[in-house]
This record gives sequence, structure tokens and C-alpha cells, in this order.
Amino acid sequence: MSAYAATDDHDHNYINWEKGFWSWWMSIDHKRIGLMYLGTMLMFFAIGGFFALLVRIELFTPGETIMGAADYNTAFTLHGVVMIFLFIVPGIPATLGNFLLPLMIGAKDVAFPRLNRLSYWLYVLSGGVAVLAIVFRLDTGWTFYAPYSVQNSTAVVAATTAAFLGGFASILTGVNFLVTIHNMRAPGMHWGRLPLFVWTLYATAILQVVATPVIGITLLLLILENVFGLGVFDPDLGGDPVLFEHMFWFYSHPVVYIMILPAMGIVSEIIPVFSRKPIFGYRAIVYASVGIAAISFLVWGHHMFVAGMANLTRYIFSFLTFFVAVPTAVKVFNWISTLYKGSVTWDSPMLYALSFVFLFLIAGCTGIHLATLSTDAHYHDTYFVVAHFHYTIQGGAVIGLLGGLHFWFSKMFGRMYNEKLAKVGWLFLFIGFNGAFLPMFILGMEGMPRRYFDYPVEFTTLHQMATIGAFVNGLGYLFVFGNLGYAVFRGKKAGTNPYESLSLEWQTPSPPAHDNWETIPIVTDWTYGYGKPEDDESHAGH
Amino acid sequence: MGHDESLPPGHFSYFEPEQAYHSSKLGMWIFLATEVHLFGGLFAAFAIYRWRYLEQFNEFAQTLNWKLGALNTVFLLSSSYWMVRAVDAAQKGLNKKVIKYCNITLLFGCGFFVVKFFEYKAKLTHVPPIVPSTHVFYGLYYTMTGLHAVHVLVGVVAIWWVRGLAKKNRYSPVYYTPVEVVGLYWHLVDVVWIYLYPVLYLLAGVSLGVATAH
Amino acid sequence: MFDLFTSMPEQAATWSADVDWLNDLITNLSVFFTVTLTGAMIYLGVKYRKKSEDQEVAYITHNAMLETVWTVVPTIICAVMFVYGIISYKEMRTPPSSAIEINVDAYSWRWDFTYPGGKKSTNTLVVPLGQPIRLIMTSHDVIHSFFIPAMRVKEDVYQGNYSYLWFEPIKLGEFHIFCAEYCGLQHSAMIGKVKVVTQEEYEDYLVDRKAGDAPQLSPAEAGKVLYTEKTCNTCHSLDGSQTLGPSFKGLFASKERKLADGTVVPIDENYIRESILQPQAKMVEGFSPIMPAFEGQLSEEDIANLIAYLKTL
Repeated sequence: MSAYAATDDHDHNYINWEKGFWSWWMSIDHKRIGLMYLGTMLMFFAIGGFFALLVRIELFTPGETIMGAADYNTAFTLHGVVMIFLFIVPGIPATLGNFLLPLMIGAKDVAFPRLNRLSYWLYVLSGGVAVLAIVFRLDTGWTFYAPYSVQNSTAVVAATTAAFLGGFASILTGVNFLVTIHNMRAPGMHWGRLPLFVWTLYATAILQVVATPVIGITLLLLILENVFGLGVFDPDLGGDPVLFEHMFWFYSHPVVYIMILPAMGIVSEIIPVFSRKPIFGYRAIVYASVGIAAISFLVWGHHMFVAGMANLTRYIFSFLTFFVAVPTAVKVFNWISTLYKGSVTWDSPMLYALSFVFLFLIAGCTGIHLATLSTDAHYHDTYFVVAHFHYTIQGGAVIGLLGGLHFWFSKMFGRMYNEKLAKVGWLFLFIGFNGAFLPMFILGMEGMPRRYFDYPVEFTTLHQMATIGAFVNGLGYLFVFGNLGYAVFRGKKAGTNPYESLSLEWQTPSPPAHDNWETIPIVTDWTYGYGKPEDDESHAGH
Repeated sequence: MGHDESLPPGHFSYFEPEQAYHSSKLGMWIFLATEVHLFGGLFAAFAIYRWRYLEQFNEFAQTLNWKLGALNTVFLLSSSYWMVRAVDAAQKGLNKKVIKYCNITLLFGCGFFVVKFFEYKAKLTHVPPIVPSTHVFYGLYYTMTGLHAVHVLVGVVAIWWVRGLAKKNRYSPVYYTPVEVVGLYWHLVDVVWIYLYPVLYLLAGVSLGVATAH
Repeated sequence: MFDLFTSMPEQAATWSADVDWLNDLITNLSVFFTVTLTGAMIYLGVKYRKKSEDQEVAYITHNAMLETVWTVVPTIICAVMFVYGIISYKEMRTPPSSAIEINVDAYSWRWDFTYPGGKKSTNTLVVPLGQPIRLIMTSHDVIHSFFIPAMRVKEDVYQGNYSYLWFEPIKLGEFHIFCAEYCGLQHSAMIGKVKVVTQEEYEDYLVDRKAGDAPQLSPAEAGKVLYTEKTCNTCHSLDGSQTLGPSFKGLFASKERKLADGTVVPIDENYIRESILQPQAKMVEGFSPIMPAFEGQLSEEDIANLIAYLKTL
């Protein structure tokens, strides 16, 4: 990388550029919008986590522990709705993606900065409407299956309106990122040199743009069904509840990849930096990312293996589902191979990246149990699915997000967190997470159905283990965010590029200036040229 | 070009003007793709229920007023023509003509709502009133035409905004992005209607090979 | 197979052991790959940890051979698993024609069972050992899901159509029935049990009736009454003569039917149900659409009874 010029004036950065609430709220700076997204999202993460702990306390003993069935149903529903629609769907793209994408490709901002702000506002509005769902005690589960969701009208209309608005925000982010990646790359930043995090954001944006409108229309129909008695999903009115499931999962399966793909991108950024090696098989990871995005549209039926579909349909969906495993496995092999003959440091971002690989292996392997038709007949809608899903989303997407937050923390704030405490926090998280969810695989094997307020006594021990694990997990989060939160204001000043990354975003001051670059950076090599011999011409030129 | 004064000073996301033009167009095309998926979900639902309740769908389709629908088709097609003229005028920097053509487009757009008003009114004042819960056919009819009407409304507002920029003489042979992008959107609204109209109003009695047509 | 990592419930159906074998296979492979790959990752991370500031690193960007191998091998493993999954699943989806047919009616929040003789029970399903059992299930409100862990079977239950399950118990005793699809307030209380008994006990159970109960009509007998009461007989003969509608003679035995539009549909409970409620939806070749729709004129029980009667013809 050469011939870029950055502002060396450390006194003026995007944080102190203008002061006061309105300067943030009205800001169209992608870095500020990313931070605001992060703050709001973490607030909802805390709320969702609170509901999760309520659920776990209630399940500590069979029968009533601290609340009745109605409260329990509301608690697990709100845990799902808040975590999915307000935390992990905007997730990494809206936070780290917003902050880093223009910096990584050498742009001054995203293609449509005001649209970006509108997207954030819609997200906040969606959060506000979602509070109504809490007030009116939504109890349908986050999947809103009809006809049950046609009975609790007020709360369902509130929650689906919130999800609809969030979907709108998601579409706008997707459009924005696609155009940004197509049109805003700095000279020399051609497709073969794009950082892998940008590639995964690209694949994610395609999913957001293609899948989200379908959930939009599905939720709109559900709202109209509740308000006007449309009769599309309720069998009492001549509708078909299975149609709702098809339309819902056509979005909600790809959305899992909206959550996980950017986390894979983050891991692909962290591992080379902390191994001082180029990422192994760059092209394979790019193809795998786009491949996963493409296959994800063809496998929604595996959520409906026991939903009365024809046999042939089940076979086809099972067959396609297995092929999600291949690109995923390829990525895991690539990450591990990157370590070979490197110079590895085990700093906290690397701990998160490597534990991501471990947890995602478990998530992927248990996905095979669920893709296989005869074992899925047993596992469907049991705690096995709960555990598999949380290994994917908490063990994958959230661990990836935390890895990214630690890695780019000094980029965002110009300060450094306490590394020792960060490692302790990671340890709590890792132990607590596995303690909470490993027992759930066994519960699922033994036949414990999910969304149960009460359960037969033989499941008690495993439930108690899971509850204890969940609390250690929660403690880990308090630790981690306490450490990071303290460092935002009081952390040691960090250098511009503490990890000596070669990626473009680290070539600006930390925190970056308000408008990122004074002159256009010109890119002459790919992002992963660690240890590149002087005479090696690959990836340069073209 | 590409930026108006409302952007804070020092905050330009583009390095070059062409980037702005191409970005806006690409962005609108991607957005239109999401719109196709939005309506696509409704068309899929309609197809499924038409197949399931073929007899009722054929019967109820005959209660829709195909003449009013045809009139609206003419209105929208004409408006699209004048929108094209407006884009052409903007590309030549003829701001006065842009205003004129936008006016005609808006006139047809409003005409669409007048027709729609009488169409809905006839349904709702029918004895017994025909409402979305009458049958899934009407549920989908109201949803599809209603969602489309919302899109027409958004288009009318957008064209009004485009017209306002023309009044400020903002268009020139090097800057006409808003007219072109809004034009793209307006054509999509038109195209959606081109599919909605035959599917809802004209399919009555067409049986797709099932022996129920007499 | 080696089953240290799995913990499945009792094996109470013919295929329970097969399913568990496949489950063990997948689990063992999963554990093997997770341990090996994680081990490799930790080993490489420790072996190549940074020891000095100017540590030599190798500039390796890719390796086509290696990458091809690790794309092809998982593909093969997945294909094999898929085939194994299909083989054991096919049996689960193909009930033998000799199966005892029991109707299941799901309500929020209970399971009602109707046996061939007309006997009814709630939340306790009594079945004979070693006999294939076929369940014909429908819901009267929201979605439920019928799940017997010990039999390794599960299927969602909807209002407005039938879904099916079958299994053959090989073990005496009582086993959990769970509702596996969230259905509201008392979802977790929608628990029943399967009681697997000997053939004699089962037969005793079916005739066991409190003294003074009115003699009961079996579903098929009740269906026969409906056949004339609802005037089906005016158009659908029982002797094979084709009048205004197709004859009912040998209806279920004929297995499938050619429609006016040329397609062939299987004759099952859902087809009959639809043809009663929405006669025009699937027109039989050579007949006119003149039958009135019975939507709203028959109870769920009436429909089930008519179907039971048609099966006897």
C-alpha cells in the first residue's frame, strides 16, 4: 500500500468534530451512524439477555419457579423478537459494517449517506414500536405462526410492524452497501483485492435486498389479516397456515446468513493479522461466501420437514441443505491453514476468532443431524434445535461481533481496553456459553420439546446446568462490556495501527478524521500481503 | 452536481460527479428489484389461492369493474409516456418543459386516484358491502390494489419534488439524476399495474385447463 | 454403534435402533472432526506462536490440490449422509396397508383419539404390541405437533387437512407424547402418553365400556348412515355403476385417480376430504361439476366417519 495521504491532525476526528446530541442524531457520517447503531443495538441486546435469564430462572425447576405459563410464554417470545429483529438482524453490517466499509475500500462515506441515516432512524422507530409488543405481552414466539398469531391482535400488530420497519431499514442498508461496493472503491481496489469482510458484507447485502421484501409482504399480510380479517393464513377464514410458514422461512432462513456471514468476514480479517500471514485460499473464501448466500435461498423447507410436505419435497430440501455444509467446511479449513508457519499472537481478538471456529464447527456439525430427514423427525422443535441455533448465532455471530469490536476498538475510539481483563471476560463467556448450551443438545436428544414452561422431572438436572451456564455467560458479557465501556472514556491512548495491519482502514489515524481521507488513497496491492517477498508480483499490478 | 447545499461542508461521499449519477441509478434499480419481490409474494399468494378456489375466484373476478381498470391502465400508460418526455427534457436542460411534462404526468396520476375512489366506493357501498374479509379473493384484491395505490401516491409526491427542482432551474445536460431516478420508479409502478390488471380483472373464466369453465 | 456422545430415549419402535445408529454415526463423525480440527488449530497456533520480533513466516496464499481435496471430501460425506437419511426415512413415510388406523384430534390443549371400533380416549393412546399403527391427525384450532420421542416420530397437525404418522411398537410400556409446536398458554401441558399393551389387552380395551353406555356405532357404521342421510347415494353408487358421479365401489383400493385435466392424484384421506368440501377442486375425468360443496355442513367427525365408511367399500 502506498501513495495514500491521510490527515495527521490527531486533534480533529469524527468524534470531536461537532458536539451535542443533535450533531450525532442528524449526522450522515457513516462512522457516527455505525456507533449510534452499536449503542442502540447493545441496549436491545441487554433487554433480550434479561428476558433470556428470566426464561432460564423459570426453567430451573419443573412447574412454576418464579412466574406462570403466561409470563413465561411472553418472556421467551420477547427474548426471540428483541434478539432477532432488534439486535442480530441489523447486527454486524449496521455497526462494524457501517463504520468500516468506506474506510476499507478507500471511500469518504457510503454511497447514500442520508439514506444511511434514514435507515438508522427507521431502526430506532422500529425499536420504539417493539416496546408496544412488550407492553401488550406478545406471546406468539418470534416466528408468528398463524393461526395462533391471528388471535393476539394488538401485540402481534405491534411486533410485526416493528419487524416491518426494521426490514425497511435492512433493505436500505443493503441497497446502500451494494452500491457503495460497486461504485465507491478507491483506484486500485479492484474486486480481487477487496478485504474479505467487504466480500461478506456484499454477500449479506444481496441477501438483505432479495429476501427482506418477502418477509415484508408476509408481515403486511399478517397485519392486514389481524386488522381486516383478510383470510390468507387463518384456516377459519379459508386461509392456509402452511403458506405463512413458506413465506416466513423464505426470508428467515437466509436471514441466518445475514447474521453469520459478516462474522465469518471478521474472522477472516483477524486471523491473518494475528498470524502475520496472508489468508489461505482467498478466492475459495470469496466463492464460499457468495455460494452460501446463493444456497441459502433454496433450503428454507428444512424448517418444515415435519409440516406435512410431500415426501419428494422433503428429499429435495434435505439434499440442498447438505450442500450448505460444503462451503462452510471449506472456510473452516482455510482459517486453520492460515496459522501454518505463521507468527501467531493470542491477543483477545484472536481468542474470539479461534473460539468462533470451534463453536461454529459444533454448530455446523449439529446442522447435519438436522438436515438428515430421519434424525430430524426426532430433533425437530426440540432443545437440540435451540442449542444448534444458539451455537450458530451466539457462538457464531455474537462471538464474531465481539472479536471485531476488540479488533477495531482502537480504530473506533483511539483508545485501548485492558487486555488482561478482556481475556478474563472471554473465558467467562466461553465457559458460560458452552455450559448453557451443551446440555441443551442432550435435552434435545432425550426428547425435550422447546418453548415448554413445564417439563417432566427427568429433565431437571440438565435444565439446571443450562441455567447456571447461562448466568456465567451473562456475567461474561457484563465483564466484556464493562471493560470496553470503561475504555471508551478512560482507556490508554492507542497508536494508529497497534496490530500493524496492512488493511486500508488502519492507514488513517485512529480515530479517523471526519471525512476519512483528504486525498484519494491509491491501492497497489491486496490486503493480505503479510510476509510477502520483495520479488513476488502476485496480486499486485493486474 | 450530485450534491446540494444541504450537505454539511466538508462531507462529500463522492470523489467524482459521475459516481453520484451512476450510484443513484444503480441504487434505484436495486430498490426496484426489492419491489418486484414485495409484489412477487402477493402474486404467488394470489396464484395459490386462485388454484385452490378457482370457482369462487372466477365468480368474484366478474364483480370487478374491468372498464374502470382499463381506464386506469390508460391513465398510467399515458403518464409513463409524459414521464419519459420529462426525463428527455431534463437531459437537455429544458427546465420549463420538465415542469410542463411533470404537470401532465401528475394529472394522470391524480386521475388514477379519482377512478380508484369510485371503484372502491362501489365495492364498499354494495349491498352487502364487499370488504377484505368477504373472501380471500377480495382480501388479496384490496391488498394488491391498495399497496399499488400507496406506491402511486409515493410516485406522485416524488414527481412533485422533481417538478420543484425544475422550478429552481436545477437541471442541465450534466445534472438530471432526480428526474431519471424518479422516472425509473414511476415506470415500475406502471409495470406492476400492467400485471395486476389482467390478473385481477381479466382472468375470470380462464381455467388453465381445469374443467370448471362452462 | 459407539454411543458415548448420544443420549436417545428408549427404543420403542421398529426403526428406533436404525435412527439411533445413523444418529450415532453423524455424532461420532461430528465429534471426530470437531476434535481433530480444533486440535489442529490449537497445535498450529501454539507451534507457530510468535517467539521473536523477526520471526520468519511463509508467504502461502493458496494450494489448489489441497483445496480441491477438502471441498470434495465433505461433499462426498454429505452425499452419503443424505442417502442414509433417505433410506431410513422412506420406511417412516410408507405405512403398510395392514396398519390399524386411529384418528387423532388435536385441541388446545389435549389429544383425542378415536379407534376403529368407535372407542374414544383423551391424552392416552393405547396400541397393541407388534402391530403397525397409522395415525390420521387433524387440529381443531392452531397448529400442534404430535411427537413420541421413544418412537422417533413427529408430524405437525393443522386445521383443515390431515397429516399422517405411522410406527410399529416393539416394546410394552408407557411413553411420552409431547406437543412440539408452540400452541399457546398450556402448550407444555399438552402431554399425553402412548400405552403399548398386548394384543389381548388392546382388544379388551376397545370393548371396555361402562355399563349402561348406549351401544356405540363404529366410525364406518356412522359413515354408512351419513351416506344416505346426506344423499350421497343419489349420485355415487356402491355397485360400480357410474351414474352422475363416480361409484364408491373399491374407491380406496384403486389407490389413484385420473382427473379431467390429465393429472393423476393419489386417493387418500386428504383427497376425499377436499372432494367432499370443495368438489370442484379436483374433477374426476368424465364427470360434470354438479356436486354441491359440503363446506360448513359436516362436522370434522362426520368427515372422518364418511372416510372410514368409504374405506370399507
